[in-house]
Amino acid sequence: MPTRGHFSEELKDLKADIRTLAEDTKHALQKAITALHNSDVKQAHQIIEEDKRIDKKEEEINERVMILIAKQQPVATDLRRLIIAIKITTDLERMADHAKNISKATIHLGEDHPISIHPSIKEMAEVAFDMVDIANKAYEHEDISFAHKLSEMDDIVDKKYGEMIKELLELTANNPDQIQYLMQMAFSARYIERFADHITNIGEEIFFLIKGRSYDLNE
Amino acid sequence: MDKYSYEVENMNLWYGEHQALYEINMKIPKNKVTAIIGPSGCGKSTFLKGLNRMVEMVPGVKVAGKIKYNGEDILNPNYHPEELRTKVGMVFQHPNPFPKSIYENVAFGAKIQGIRNKSKLEGLVEKSLKRAAIWDEVKDRLNTSATGLSGGQQQRICIARAIANEPDVILMDEPTSALDPISTLRVEELIQQLKEHYTIIIVTHNMQQASRVSDKTAFFLNGELVEFDDTDRIFSNPGDKRTEDYISGRFG
Repeated sequence: MPTRGHFSEELKDLKADIRTLAEDTKHALQKAITALHNSDVKQAHQIIEEDKRIDKKEEEINERVMILIAKQQPVATDLRRLIIAIKITTDLERMADHAKNISKATIHLGEDHPISIHPSIKEMAEVAFDMVDIANKAYEHEDISFAHKLSEMDDIVDKKYGEMIKELLELTANNPDQIQYLMQMAFSARYIERFADHITNIGEEIFFLIKGRSYDLNE
Repeated sequence: MDKYSYEVENMNLWYGEHQALYEINMKIPKNKVTAIIGPSGCGKSTFLKGLNRMVEMVPGVKVAGKIKYNGEDILNPNYHPEELRTKVGMVFQHPNPFPKSIYENVAFGAKIQGIRNKSKLEGLVEKSLKRAAIWDEVKDRLNTSATGLSGGQQQRICIARAIANEPDVILMDEPTSALDPISTLRVEELIQQLKEHYTIIIVTHNMQQASRVSDKTAFFLNGELVEFDDTDRIFSNPGDKRTEDYISGRFG
């Protein structure tokens, strides 16, 4: 009879829940970007409301991990599995917060603002969505071959962000009356950039799980 | 040579036809706690009993290789085991105080060695009981029987008895498996204090205990030493999958 069957099942369930949370987080950002493009204030309010559910899920997962650590006294890889479960969940919660922050920007911009949404916003978000999928797969299979890909993709997001901020700065110089709108645009770009950083963290956490030591993918 | 209490080289051991240990190589550092873990029948107790040659009491046993204690091979036919008997103490699974007073238990070894001086014996008993962290509990009843104490106290008396011989190594064979959790933690605390003066080698089935008390951990399986490394590493990121499976409880 195999030992630790029950514990293994609980680890499996935990991972499945975290992967679902990652999907939810991605959807939150997708909806936030759509709402930003459509100046959909109503949708933005809804995303902010839905974020509470993600916060709650984070708390629930952390509590489950704590109970598993206390009752199962895991060591080595099992212990790292549980530690990264907490860390990944924390990253996901922060990522969802960024979707919420973009929704707040959408509300600030209002329904009939004068500026068009910068195309880089969508491009950055598209890369971030792919990053979530890759991280989620890497986590599912506990496979670090994906981790470096995340770092490359994060570089793309960072580069686009840098270029976009430069452009926005020029725009503010020429259109001082639009500063408040352009600021919201810059904030939104920043939120996506941070969102992608958190996914890179998840890549590092998976690296730690497998190798048993820390690794900085941002280096 | 100064760094290690034991240097075991290519140790093989047979009980009759059955080989119980295969090519064990291990350097056991001085003034550290070394834990030996592994499933039942893996050879860990056999190995421990090889370190003081107690295993030779088993009929038909044969040991090959070298077991250097402080640089001297104890398996060499010219080696006199008397030194081992005084310098290597042992504590067993079940506390086994003699049916004598607490005082007599601790003074036993010294008396056998011919020490008769009363104040010297008293000093030795007090020092040993203090080091075994049981002095405060028994100082007012040194002349009562040791067998009337609780299991945890009896085990610390046995540790005091071992200490009174002024050993430099203490072997412990599952010293807390018959104790309740609080007594177990007391003995674990004591082990931490003892390593200042002694080299401790402890066989334990309790993996949390190994991870709590030891500096080095050796994992034995089917008579082989699978892995021997810093305890921090063994319990966080072991090198061998068999070690990982065992410490994670994914075994068999």
